[in-house]
Amino acid sequence: MKSLLSTLRPAIGTTVLLTVLLGGVYPMVTTGILQLGFKAQAQGSLIRDSDGKVIGSRLIGQNFDQPQYLWGRLSATGTAPYNGGASSGSNLGANNPALMDAVKGRIEALQKADPLNARPIPVDLVTASGSGLDPEISPAAADYQVGRIAQARGIGAAVVKSAIAKSTRQRDLGVLGEPRVNVLEVNLRLDGKLK
Amino acid sequence: MGAVFRNSILRLNPLYQARNPVMFLVFVGSIITTGIFGVMLVRPDAIIGGGQPLWFVGLITFWLWFTLLFANFAEAIAEGKGKAQADSLKKSRRDVSAKKLNKVTDRTKHLSVPANSLRKGDIIVVEAGDFVPADGQVLEGIASVDESAVTGESAPVIRESGGDRDAVTGGTRVLSDWIVVRVTSDPGESFLDRMISLVESAKRQKTPNEIALSILLAALTIIFLLVCATLLPYSLFSVERAGAGSVITITVLIALLVCLIPTTIGGLLSAIGISGMQRLIKANVIATSGRAVEAAGDVNVLLLDKTGTITFGNRQAVEFFPAPGITQQQLAEASELSSLADETPEGRSIVVLARKLFGLPERDVKDLKADFIPFSAEQRVSGIIINERHILKGAGDAIARIVAQKGGSVPAEVTVQIEDIARQGGTPLTVAENSQVLGVVYLKDIVKPDIKARLADLRKMGIKSIMITGDNPLTAAAIASEAGVDDFLAQATPETKLKYIRQMQEGGELVAMVGDGTNDAPALAQSDVAVAMNSGTQAAKEAGNMVDLDSDPTKLIEVVEIGKQLLMTRGSLTTFSIANDLAKYFAIIPAAFATTYPVLGALNVMGLKSPQSAILAAVIFNALVIIALIPLALKGVKYRAEPAAKMLSRNMFVYGLGGIIAPFIGIKLIDMALAAVGLA
Amino acid sequence: MSQFITGNGWLQLALYMAVLLACVVPLGGYMARVFQGEKTFMSPVLGWLEKLTYTICGVDPDKDDMSWKDYAIATMVFSAIAFIVLYFILVFQNLLPFNPQKLPGLTPDLSFNTAASFVTNTNWQAYGGETTMSYFSQMVGLTVQNFISPAVGLAVLVALIRGLSRKESTGIGNFWVDMVRANIYVLLPLALIVAILLGSQGVVQTFDAYVTAHTLQGIDQTIAVGPAASQVAIKQLGTNGGGFFNVNSAHPLENPTPLANFIEVLSILLIPAALCYTFGVMVKDKRQGWSILAAMTIIFVPLLIFCVAMEQGGNPNFAALHIDQMASHLQPGGNMEGKETRFGITNSALWASATTAASNGSVNSMHDSYTPLGGMVPLLLMKFGEIIYGGVGSGLYGMLVMVILTVFIAGLMVGRTPEYLGKKIQSFEIKMASIAMLVPGILVLIGTAIAVMTKDGQAGIYNPGAHGFSEVLYAVTSAGNNNGSAFAGLSANTPFYNSLLGICMLFSRFWIIIPTLALAGALAAKKTVPESAGTLPTHNVLFIATLVGVIVIVTVLTYVPTLALGPVVEHFNMIKG
Repeated sequence: MKSLLSTLRPAIGTTVLLTVLLGGVYPMVTTGILQLGFKAQAQGSLIRDSDGKVIGSRLIGQNFDQPQYLWGRLSATGTAPYNGGASSGSNLGANNPALMDAVKGRIEALQKADPLNARPIPVDLVTASGSGLDPEISPAAADYQVGRIAQARGIGAAVVKSAIAKSTRQRDLGVLGEPRVNVLEVNLRLDGKLK
Repeated sequence: MGAVFRNSILRLNPLYQARNPVMFLVFVGSIITTGIFGVMLVRPDAIIGGGQPLWFVGLITFWLWFTLLFANFAEAIAEGKGKAQADSLKKSRRDVSAKKLNKVTDRTKHLSVPANSLRKGDIIVVEAGDFVPADGQVLEGIASVDESAVTGESAPVIRESGGDRDAVTGGTRVLSDWIVVRVTSDPGESFLDRMISLVESAKRQKTPNEIALSILLAALTIIFLLVCATLLPYSLFSVERAGAGSVITITVLIALLVCLIPTTIGGLLSAIGISGMQRLIKANVIATSGRAVEAAGDVNVLLLDKTGTITFGNRQAVEFFPAPGITQQQLAEASELSSLADETPEGRSIVVLARKLFGLPERDVKDLKADFIPFSAEQRVSGIIINERHILKGAGDAIARIVAQKGGSVPAEVTVQIEDIARQGGTPLTVAENSQVLGVVYLKDIVKPDIKARLADLRKMGIKSIMITGDNPLTAAAIASEAGVDDFLAQATPETKLKYIRQMQEGGELVAMVGDGTNDAPALAQSDVAVAMNSGTQAAKEAGNMVDLDSDPTKLIEVVEIGKQLLMTRGSLTTFSIANDLAKYFAIIPAAFATTYPVLGALNVMGLKSPQSAILAAVIFNALVIIALIPLALKGVKYRAEPAAKMLSRNMFVYGLGGIIAPFIGIKLIDMALAAVGLA
Repeated sequence: MSQFITGNGWLQLALYMAVLLACVVPLGGYMARVFQGEKTFMSPVLGWLEKLTYTICGVDPDKDDMSWKDYAIATMVFSAIAFIVLYFILVFQNLLPFNPQKLPGLTPDLSFNTAASFVTNTNWQAYGGETTMSYFSQMVGLTVQNFISPAVGLAVLVALIRGLSRKESTGIGNFWVDMVRANIYVLLPLALIVAILLGSQGVVQTFDAYVTAHTLQGIDQTIAVGPAASQVAIKQLGTNGGGFFNVNSAHPLENPTPLANFIEVLSILLIPAALCYTFGVMVKDKRQGWSILAAMTIIFVPLLIFCVAMEQGGNPNFAALHIDQMASHLQPGGNMEGKETRFGITNSALWASATTAASNGSVNSMHDSYTPLGGMVPLLLMKFGEIIYGGVGSGLYGMLVMVILTVFIAGLMVGRTPEYLGKKIQSFEIKMASIAMLVPGILVLIGTAIAVMTKDGQAGIYNPGAHGFSEVLYAVTSAGNNNGSAFAGLSANTPFYNSLLGICMLFSRFWIIIPTLALAGALAAKKTVPESAGTLPTHNVLFIATLVGVIVIVTVLTYVPTLALGPVVEHFNMIKG
């Protein structure tokens, strides 16, 4: 058997070399390529207003509970909903009474904001997302809210629907994932901050 | 049978049980439940009883003890059978006194010593009427020996020094004359001793595969022990969370443990091993170790001597092919004359054929006043000189040489004939008178009628058969193809045999061979499995790891089958044992948590009557299955010569799938029976 | 209960399996060339780096053949150094650069847990990602481990394969050579490609500090960013799974689009599946590799389908409420709690199955919120011992251990001393294989028992009822099988869980590696028995079925009681209403 010492040289040598290569060179090269090729994405797909101030990220949901805005998923992030600095799911089990409470609470809020809407509520609108930062809801969940938004804004349902349609993405490559509506984009459109 | 029962109970001894970790766990479990039962007898509401009814704890305890007894019973039956064999073997190992010599040269001065004081290398004399006191090699003399005590064969055999029959076995009896014998085994190490210890479990050494299997079974046992041990905290926690029901009882945990650990194979393992050895003895083969028997199952190359194994021992004359200008009768007469003094089977067959074909009269050798030329290794011919007629017979090249010296030559037609016969696997024997070649006698090797089928069986099992022969390659090839062997080693000498075996082994093959002569000893020693003929020399017997008492060269095939059967039985019962567990879970888990989680009743797919009857049924099934499988353990799983894939699919189907399904039916039936007698 | 899998769901699952299996031959063949020291198209690019490493380390790749003991010592020493380095990086991250958020050093117990977690390729996430880790810790600490811990797994696997293919040899290869080649020829190029693909989809890669946004509703929102793409790529490829962000690949900046998701979930099983082919090439009998891949797939696909179906079925507790759980072209439907809209049911359940089949442990949805039986699938897949594809290297060597046990039982049934690839399986091999098989079971059963019996253990439980038991069981199963995924409701960042799970991870990793290397050494020393009709074929349907049967039975028998007391009870409670 070899001595421990003769094992230490390659052990330390490879550790140092690989740390430099994989912990330094590799992330730097990746950063360089992405900052050059896909700068917007690499910086977090940020949306800025006309002054250049950050309004948010196209990929990070925001909390909407005012009736004139399209609402997103429930969020269970740390300290406040849609806290982009502390992502988290609800982690409530399917049989947990707390889950039922949260769902019922959301149903109540939805119904209170739109008492006349008797359609069944799409499930993604009453459940919390995994990240707590889900930027999107299903087209069905967006459609469910059209009446309320139109009423709150005093505009026609068609305008709301068109804003939604413009922010709707079909499945990637026609197969992958699910059709979805970017909530922040819709609300930016409704506020006239995005064409 | 009484002894068997007594033995089963006597084995409930902790020291004895500790040898088998699976059954030892059952033993400990039984003691604990007995304790619980005892406490409950005094105080039915004791906490340790966990609120289970007394009758339930009692019955579980009862059946746990029976699980143990059944396993002991299996072993005791197997040993009982083995004992009968061992006893008859032992009888032949009686204590006799031996006549020990100081010097080989003087057999008259001997010392009378007890047989068990003899050591390897001692020299003894055995005279008419004496029992041979130990295994040994005949150094001097010749004697007829009654070996029936060992072989069961009543006809006496000849044992003599120097030849291929110089081995004597302890326990046999010299009938006539005397022999001087060098003892070749220390007390307790003779073939008989080793064989006896193989069937007596107390001294039984575990075979390599058995050890490996025991390790696997121990690993499974550890897992199941943990499963059951941790179930208690899980149960405590679940009761707390559910806020309902009662914690699983120790009794149920032990019942579950005994049902899960591989008691079926654990209980039958030694019975399988013992009865495997017994099958070997029944086949009249003595093995020096269980390892050798297992190795026989692994063999993938079998070296078979042509003579005696593939063909009948002797070649026979079947036809005369005269040279041009010679009649068949002339050739026949000359051949007959030349063979008159030839006492070999070949020579006799020539005489018989010549007389039969041409009605030659019987004549007495002595009347002819002829000189005989015996066979010599240098000349390689034999013959007769009668009235200036030099009639010689022998191998083609030898005759050609002699004829050439006398100015003659071999006609081309004869040469063609010689090659032709050789190609057909025959032995051509050229006959010449003075300088004239008369023709060729066709001696034919007769292949045994059943050998082809047996070799085909071997091939199906994946075993290559190699024919070993001293014949030339041409002859060997013909016989090889007639008998259906896979390959042959022609013109074999002890050295080429040894080289051939080594070569095979370097390629990873496991080689088995049969041998009898002293010159076989190196090859036997090199082989992985070596069966020596009992009729063979002591050197061969020592080099081999098995001795065939019947001296039947095809016995090796049976040994291979016994080896395979042994492993198959273990493997199949292991699979069966583990597959059984699934149903037991379905019986016990819903029952064990009936109070905490009544919803788990949905898992009670067998529709068992009550939690108690469900657990009891599983425990009873587990015990009864041991009894039910004893015959299989003793007889072994049926062996058929077929490829491994086919064998696996059948055994998987029977013992794997069957092992999953059978307990569902069995447990349900037992549960119905329990319900019928009101125990539900 | 409403419905089964949608048409598009079937399509996505089929597409995934098709692409995965299509990658097996090219990648597997490439890796075989790499580990056999042959030239590849990467040699001209990185060959100099490999040679430089050997020169600096004093290793001669052609001569320094190690015995299994030397190989094991090298593995342990290397891992120990990695453990120590990572531990101190984490403890002292406040003193180190690239820490724009001024995050403090980690507590000793969290550092221990995380170091154990990453060195063992478990990547259990007791830490919180964006709230805990500086960029330096992410890159120099975690990313480096994300490379070298799977490289160690690959090295051990290659050693075992050599054990099976060499004849009467004392050596099983050189650890340093195998490990370095794994890093620079296999993991690094793949990671770079995946990182750039992910970056194009929106995974962040920046050294800037977190961004503050002023939202439409008028509050400030912190948006955590960082060098994520480079770390996420290798976390997926190396079956690591430790996320850049707390919610791992559910986070939109870690996994922004369904296409990114496809690349990430493909990366999970990519190398483990391809290694089967590598194995076939290296033992010079590709059928052997295919049969193992087939066995893995036969176990994986039904469980995957079951998981998708269970989640698509939705939560029956919602039936009384005015909620639409039916899938349509406008919504994914099903049990959407803890799942992202862009992934829906199919991609969430696919990920959950793949990440636990492999010892990856990354998540794109919250397993804790799965339906009981849907959540049982990842639990069960981990309980198989991370051999259904499994971890990079570790999956296949774990699988080969099961193959050896299967060969032993099946081999006995055909009446021969069992042999695999011509190597006789005898008591030493069974002893080592048994240890490797026993270790995860022992850790899981005892670890769970300790956790549910202690106050500290019970304190971490989040959900009520039997699901609380499942949470603990899931955590210990995850650590005891080096997976790293979680029922994340469990508060595991406590001294108790950090220690318990850290110990489980270390034992599970190294008490399988050492017997595996011993196995490799013992097998290498053996002769190879030539194949004949009496040899148990290990490449036909019957053997595959037997192997699947043994794996399933052994796992089920070990874990039936725990599964019954957790997910099964929950399920019956749920449908009872």
